[in-house]
Amino acid sequence: MAFLTQLLFHPFTWYHAHQLLAGQIGVDGLLALSIWLTLYSGQLTLANAGFMAIGAYSSVILTGGTTSTGPAAAGVHLPLAVAMLVGIALAALVAFVIGLPVLRLKGVFLAIATLGFGEALRYGLILNLGITGKGQGLNNPHATLTSGITPIWLALVVLAFLAWRLTGTKTGHAWAAIREDQLAAAAQGIDVARYKMVAFVLGAMVAALAGGLGAHLSFLIDSNDYTFTQAIAMLIWAVVGGIAFVIGPIVGAVLLTILPEVLRFTQDYRQVINGIILIAIVLFRPDGLFTRRKGTGNPSRLLRGWAFIRRSWASRRPQPAPP
Amino acid sequence: MRNTIQQLLNGIFIGSIYALFGLGYTLVFGLLDVLNLAHSEVFMLGAVVTYSLVALHHVPFLLAVPLGIVAGGLLGLVIEFVALRPLRRRGAPPIAALISTIGLALILVALIEQAKRGSALAWLWRDGANDVQFPAGKVPDRIWHLAGLTLPVDKLAIVVITVALMAVLAYVMAKTPAGRAVRAVAENPRAAQLLGVNVDRVITITLVVSSALAALAGILFALALNDISPYIGRDQVELRGLAVIVLGGMGSIPGTFIGGFTLGLLESVTILTLGTDVRAVGFVALFVMLILRPSGLLGRQTSERV
Repeated sequence: MAFLTQLLFHPFTWYHAHQLLAGQIGVDGLLALSIWLTLYSGQLTLANAGFMAIGAYSSVILTGGTTSTGPAAAGVHLPLAVAMLVGIALAALVAFVIGLPVLRLKGVFLAIATLGFGEALRYGLILNLGITGKGQGLNNPHATLTSGITPIWLALVVLAFLAWRLTGTKTGHAWAAIREDQLAAAAQGIDVARYKMVAFVLGAMVAALAGGLGAHLSFLIDSNDYTFTQAIAMLIWAVVGGIAFVIGPIVGAVLLTILPEVLRFTQDYRQVINGIILIAIVLFRPDGLFTRRKGTGNPSRLLRGWAFIRRSWASRRPQPAPP
Repeated sequence: MRNTIQQLLNGIFIGSIYALFGLGYTLVFGLLDVLNLAHSEVFMLGAVVTYSLVALHHVPFLLAVPLGIVAGGLLGLVIEFVALRPLRRRGAPPIAALISTIGLALILVALIEQAKRGSALAWLWRDGANDVQFPAGKVPDRIWHLAGLTLPVDKLAIVVITVALMAVLAYVMAKTPAGRAVRAVAENPRAAQLLGVNVDRVITITLVVSSALAALAGILFALALNDISPYIGRDQVELRGLAVIVLGGMGSIPGTFIGGFTLGLLESVTILTLGTDVRAVGFVALFVMLILRPSGLLGRQTSERV
């Protein structure tokens, strides 16, 4: 409880006590955004933990990360920004290559195939290659730690804004159409395969960015941070928040990343309470916190509340006198 | 050569456990289009209950096994009434049900890993997050030596039990009124309801049966590998189960059977040829299978209806 009162009444004290948590929340927000891109276009993909790993390992290896036996890539010391760009480009390339065959699958088959990709990447490559430390993790002497928090939040705000604007464009409308009915969308002349691929590659790039930024919050990265569990966590955030709006998954990620800290007072039974809350949320709001009302396409009550406040605020401004 | 045959036999042993586990996934998915991610925790709890009956309460092993299976069946009821039915009543999308089964799985793992000496659940489990083994001499451990091969009797029994159960289940699904009801609900729940099938009852029974199978798989796994912990479900079979049902073909009982043995043998062959961590092979196989033949070895090719 102390956690919540401090957050509400002494936000600056809270921030100084929980800086790394604040960074983690931002990273989780980015990850939620990455899976939202594919969910919004109607695809249940779980490959983002893999792309996150690609971003994380690239950014650490290329900035001079070391394995237990020496430098991961001898003589390579790129600036962090360049290393991140390489990681994002690599993730985009991998996403494009595996997307070609995999995106033809639908529903749970797509989910399982992308999950298979993530785990094959982890067990097959990361745990066996010398450059990734053969599963012993990588040391990251150039971690940015707390100075990396501002870029994380900046990235989250900018990308969330861009994603929101994207929903109003031709691409956004195409994604929504594909999500509602793929066959009807194709019949309307929408290039379904292309728009699905765009969503998948963009999602992979955002996940790689989150992985790279998140990896630099600590001195050690470990392949256990990029497992099935991580992929499922992103899905949980998105579903709890609701996928109708960009803001939903981000709010879901923020709430569910803070939740374990808030529940710290329940000690041993923290995970039990966590599970109960998860079931309760999907039971009472099966479409997520932020939804559209059925049939109308209007935002549901939670968002309408905000619109109401905004309207009444606008109406308080002096109106031009009627002629 | 002898080593090769031994490894292949091990692949068949472990493959039959995968098959038994995958069966429950595929039955529930076929019926509800929901991946029941609490399934692997039923597997874990079956092993835990049997272990505690044998090691803590001194129940004979052959009595503890059916009790463990019953516990698994009861857990199936919990999954249906807590995680699935309330959401179905509200017309929630399958993805919401997936999340609620994950919530249930979190709860089950956390309850067991927090159960220590002196806690409220000490009668069920008292080793927290640690691995335990069956006490020596309390479980069947007879071994046959045949032509230089080591054949533990319990592992042979596992294969026999699996094959028999699969045959019974395939028969029930194909030939009996109960099986027809299940297939009717899987095809179209609304039409089945109109034709007088009690849809909720069919779903409940399917969950109980598949959970009982998962518990049995967990017990056999604990017996074969002699390793029990709160994490065996999550770490050992959750994803392998997915590989099994994809390899065999989603919703097909004989397919799951073949998928299980295929995965077990693939892992053995990998150990023989590469001698390395075998986990990647299942995922690579799964990935390749989904790309080449998404409906699996024995699945039906379906096309979306407009």
